Amino acid sequence: MADFSILIEPVYIATIFFFIIGLHRMSHPKTARSGIVWAGAAMLIATLVTFFTPGLTNLALIAIAIVIGGGFGYIAAKRVAMTDMPQMIALYNGMGGGAAACISAVALLAIASPVTASLAVAGGVIGAVSFSGSIIAFAKLQGWMPSRPMTFTGQQAFNMAVFILAIISGILAVMQPAWVPLSVAVYLPLFFVLSLAFGLLMTLPIGGADMPVVISMYNAFTGLAVALDGFSFATPNYAMIIAGIIVGAAGSLLTLNMAKAMNRSLSNVFFGAFGATEETGAQVAGSMKPIEADDVAVMLAYADRVIVAPGYGMAVAQAQQKVKELTDLLMSKGVTVKFAIHPVAGRMPGHMNVLLAEAGVAYEHLFDRDEINPEFPSTDVVLVIGANDTVNPAAYRQGSPLYGMPILDVEQAKNVVVLKRGSGKGFAGIENDLFYRDNTRMLYGDAQETVAKLVQALKKL
Amino acid sequence: MNDIPVFWIAIYIAMLAAFTGYVVISRVPVILHTPLMSGSNFIHGVVLVGAMAALGLAATPLEQVIGFVAVVLGAANVTGGYVVTERILVMFDRSKKPKKEA
Repeated sequence: MADFSILIEPVYIATIFFFIIGLHRMSHPKTARSGIVWAGAAMLIATLVTFFTPGLTNLALIAIAIVIGGGFGYIAAKRVAMTDMPQMIALYNGMGGGAAACISAVALLAIASPVTASLAVAGGVIGAVSFSGSIIAFAKLQGWMPSRPMTFTGQQAFNMAVFILAIISGILAVMQPAWVPLSVAVYLPLFFVLSLAFGLLMTLPIGGADMPVVISMYNAFTGLAVALDGFSFATPNYAMIIAGIIVGAAGSLLTLNMAKAMNRSLSNVFFGAFGATEETGAQVAGSMKPIEADDVAVMLAYADRVIVAPGYGMAVAQAQQKVKELTDLLMSKGVTVKFAIHPVAGRMPGHMNVLLAEAGVAYEHLFDRDEINPEFPSTDVVLVIGANDTVNPAAYRQGSPLYGMPILDVEQAKNVVVLKRGSGKGFAGIENDLFYRDNTRMLYGDAQETVAKLVQALKKL
Repeated sequence: MNDIPVFWIAIYIAMLAAFTGYVVISRVPVILHTPLMSGSNFIHGVVLVGAMAALGLAATPLEQVIGFVAVVLGAANVTGGYVVTERILVMFDRSKKPKKEA
């Protein structure tokens, strides 16, 4: 085979160039689509050129592994429903972290210089934590395990102890001082087991509502682990170092932005065990007042201005198409209809926009919280479809676990109709004051069926 | 990596890359948070090239096994990350009507 290894560095440089351009384009709505294509093309050539690495053996094994992993990734990602995207991102991120941890393991088995080995230990612990943590996040969002925070007494001290032991065993594996009785064959597996355990323990006490922030943070973790692993080769792999650090930095910024949008500090997310301490003192006055679909249809038909506030419940019931039908019908009757999108509606920031766009709702009808909040007082009817915590006025009450979270001020509208499956609580597990307000009516039932009924009733009017 | 100057050059590059990552997405609107997280998830899939090197340069059977797992995981990260991001971003492509996926 001709020696193409001279191509590796130039191609890696081009790859990084296109990664940065791609990432930049992905941060603007108009160019976002092309951004991932640029980055994808760069990844493809980088992968191909890596086959020319000098001294590379096991080529058949590499090809088989790529087919297995790539095949799984492709099929699973094609099949998954849009509503389940967040946990898929967690899953793929975890796999990246696992790959990084494996690379560290190989580097540590080969034992090079202490500097290289130390960086490999750092990459190993971060990658392993990202792996097991992301898998727990996936399992929680997928419903394979309860999404509520799992806590026990002394949890934080216990977790910290596991973390410190992991670091110590990592250091012992690198240093191999003469006075320790056991060999690297003991410390290295111990290091990875403890690191994996720490990622698991760290994620268990985090509730489902905070998962987006957690996934985003593990995304940044994986980036960092990849960058550290880039140092573990005989010659540094700059493609891994640069791409990894860029993701680490961008991911950290994204994590902070998300936490801000949800009004949660990172320490709160990780150590607050959100929802574990439910407030008991606050009593909600009044009662929930049910209403029938036919009556709601009349309200809507004679309204001037209607705002739809969708939540994850709408997505779970697959009601987006019906909602689009309903709003089209209302618009054809001359009603002004707008969608109020809370930044964290759905399971992730921006998730709701994606789901509505999929159903064909035009971009111009979507408004974010700051744009729409002043309009609620002049709105005749607000339809809250499967949203709960994002419209809970308890966020204005001091002492509530939701206190301070920016919400949609739907309670200021003349009428509020809440479409809800039952009278249960939201994802955060907190009673919703809104449901007890005088101007609120509850329309119970599966969101898709209920909206279909509304459409039928409207057509008859 | 026994060469200290090379190590320091790599640190300089890493620092500049950190600024790049920060600046490049600093003005991202909230609606793009999810696709951008997915997109950056795809980009750290470059771990695949490291995994390929780890497997390709593996000296012992144990290293081969771990390297093999690394390539499988890395390849899944890359393809899955790409497909998920692409599927999400198609929704934002307003030039053509979004069509139902099979």
